[in-house]
Amino acid sequence: MTHLLEINNLDVKFDTDEGRITAIDNVSLTLDQGKVLGIVGESGSGKSVTAKSIMQLNPGNTIYNDNAEIIIDEENVLKFTSKNDLKKIRGGKVSMIFQEPMASFAPAIKIGYQMVEQLMIHKPMDKKEAKNISIDMLNRVGIADAEKRFNQYAFELSGGMRQRAMIAMALSTMPKLLLADEPTTALDVTIQAQVINLMKDIIKEYNMGVIFITHDLGVIAQVADDVAVMYLGSVVEQGPVNEILKNPMHPYTKGLINALPDINNLDAPLTPIPGNIPSPLDRPSGCVFRTRCPHASPDGKEGNIEMGLVEIKPGHWLDKCGVDCGKT
Amino acid sequence: MSENIVSVNNLSVSFDYQENFLSKKQKIKAVNNINIKIKKGSFFGLVGESGSGKTTLGRAILGANKISTGNVIFHDDDRDFDLTTINSKEMKEYRKKAQLIFQDPYAALSPRMTVRDIIAEPLEVMKITNSREETDERVRDIAAKCRLNLEHLRRFPHAFSGGQRQRISIARALVSNPKFIVADESVAALDVSIQADILNLLKQLQNELNLTYLFISHDLSVVAHVCDIVAVMYLGHIVEMAPSRELFRNPRHPYTKALLSSIPSIDPENKSKAIELEGEIPSAMNPPSGCVFRTRCPHASPDGKEGNIEMGLEEVEPDHWVDRCGVSCG
Ligand SMILES: Nc1ncnc2c1ncn2[C@@H]1O[C@H](COP(=O)(O)OP(=O)(O)O)[C@@H](O)[C@H]1O
Ligand SMILES: Nc1ncnc2c1ncn2[C@@H]1O[C@H](COP(=O)(O)OP(=O)(O)O)[C@@H](O)[C@H]1O
Ligand code: SF4
Ligand code: SF4
Ligand SMILES: [Mg+2]
Ligand SMILES: [Mg+2]
Repeated sequence: MTHLLEINNLDVKFDTDEGRITAIDNVSLTLDQGKVLGIVGESGSGKSVTAKSIMQLNPGNTIYNDNAEIIIDEENVLKFTSKNDLKKIRGGKVSMIFQEPMASFAPAIKIGYQMVEQLMIHKPMDKKEAKNISIDMLNRVGIADAEKRFNQYAFELSGGMRQRAMIAMALSTMPKLLLADEPTTALDVTIQAQVINLMKDIIKEYNMGVIFITHDLGVIAQVADDVAVMYLGSVVEQGPVNEILKNPMHPYTKGLINALPDINNLDAPLTPIPGNIPSPLDRPSGCVFRTRCPHASPDGKEGNIEMGLVEIKPGHWLDKCGVDCGKT
Repeated sequence: MSENIVSVNNLSVSFDYQENFLSKKQKIKAVNNINIKIKKGSFFGLVGESGSGKTTLGRAILGANKISTGNVIFHDDDRDFDLTTINSKEMKEYRKKAQLIFQDPYAALSPRMTVRDIIAEPLEVMKITNSREETDERVRDIAAKCRLNLEHLRRFPHAFSGGQRQRISIARALVSNPKFIVADESVAALDVSIQADILNLLKQLQNELNLTYLFISHDLSVVAHVCDIVAVMYLGHIVEMAPSRELFRNPRHPYTKALLSSIPSIDPENKSKAIELEGEIPSAMNPPSGCVFRTRCPHASPDGKEGNIEMGLEEVEPDHWVDRCGVSCG
């Protein structure tokens, strides 16, 4: 079976004033139609860079490795060079929504105009049809007075409303693949609950594939089918969301869960992960987690091992070093 | 001697708001007829969504916001400070007793000051110490208690991680040896693995230094874990207040119930649906009459009778307070 999205052996590096940094190290992921893949990890783990690589939105100082592949519909996005090729993904087959909806809307252009313009670029239709589809979509995401909102600017809407409008715009082109980067992080919890329910309904209805990025394990548990746990540019554990959250194996995944205040278990102590997330300029060699891992060996042998995922149970992938570390 | 350290009585705080110089001046009632008592030694939590008035209430208790009506009393061991009538001399004294840990340590810290200078500043401004040696000693002492590396005191804060910066902010708030601390969204910007560390530190410092906290957060899971009593705010009002476990086990007000149900469970099999609230929080400039929650409440009556009721807390069980309208609405 071919996948909707296949990322193979992706490395992403950035040239900065302070040197070349590794933001993504050998990441491989697949996503099928109708499925939600959650990517979870703390700040700097490479979640946004992964999504931006799929959209080819990383800036000019980005370096991809030659053998990396990001395959959508049998085409390697990383080999796209022309504007026309890129058009196929951006806003067409693939849409992206962000934490800060203002990033999606030009501030001085009315919301409706932007929606219509985007639709007409990607599908042959006239203005009237595009307007109808847009207003339908605004209605669909629960925006009251859609006709009125159509003629407003993004700043005139409340945070929750703007988030809905951005989702409406992202979905109006009927993308096959939706990349949602912390779409509910800036929202209050009651509004977050509304937006999550809305997204779940729409994902099901349109049978899209979704990459849902968040630092919040609770949100992942509620929306994702599968989850990839990232730390400092590497995927350390991956699999069905139920399996990974109930039966975590990697010390980092366990650490994240133990640090989380769980409202259903108020007696559990909050256990921090020792130390700080290293700077990507000081990315540890070998196992990236070794500078904070409670099971790291005193002789520092993890500095020499090579990372890579191993399937320890059907569907449950764990970093190679993570497999051994339980046993020492 | 009072068992409370802070009493807030019928407190309201309003702001003048003018959209532009041509438009009419309007009043925003950010905090509306609040009554709370904060017991000495408690970890008092204040939760609610953005705009509910948490920061305004915290600042009013610290004397940083003008009190419109009602009063705030701070009970020190041998005397009371009445924040409504406080003069500038008493205010200087009060500042030593009650301090704020800033919400965003990045914004609160000056990039040109060393860590030592940042922590020392309150001592110098309040003229608490008499010599540089004494200042340095107090700084080192509190830095060690906040588990800061003493080697780092000579450095600048920009080189530090979020967790370390938050520790610097805490040390700065504690250096004057206060008794009462307002922590306003102190862990909101931190990654979970670091957040746990800071929360544990706050607990430990509380025991070591006999502190009382007003802990403000929009994150109910965090509040549930660290606080022993919690007040829930909505649009300037406290709608429910109870010991933490009681509140989370036995929420009574429809807003508290909705908030709790909105927290996404980390158990993928627990897909219990959030009680979905209609619409958004109304503007504080134009709040609903009567029960402020009625425009979003799933139990509001169709005849809109909640528009005429008067809000106010009632004790439904020992120490469990619920807004009067919330009591009868079930
Ligand atoms: N354009 C860029 N130039 C240099 N470094 C970058 C750039 N974009 C991202 N990074 C770095 O790459 C790492 C991963 O970033 P990101 O994907 O944004 O993390 P997150 O998981 O928080 O979304 C971080 O260390 C970030 O600072
Ligand atoms: N200085 C001010 N001037 C005008 N309005 C203010 C001011 N400070 C706060 N407000 C308003 O008061 C209400 C409560 O705000 P705040 O106390 O910051 O809420 P929270 O901390 O719960 O998010 C909001 O509607 C806010 O816009
Ligand atoms: S390889 Fe060693 S350092 Fe890395 S996760 Fe396993 S035990 Fe920890
Ligand atoms: S008084 Fe009515 S509107 Fe207000 S909380 Fe109770 S049921 Fe809801
Ligand atoms: Mg990101
Ligand atoms: Mg606030």
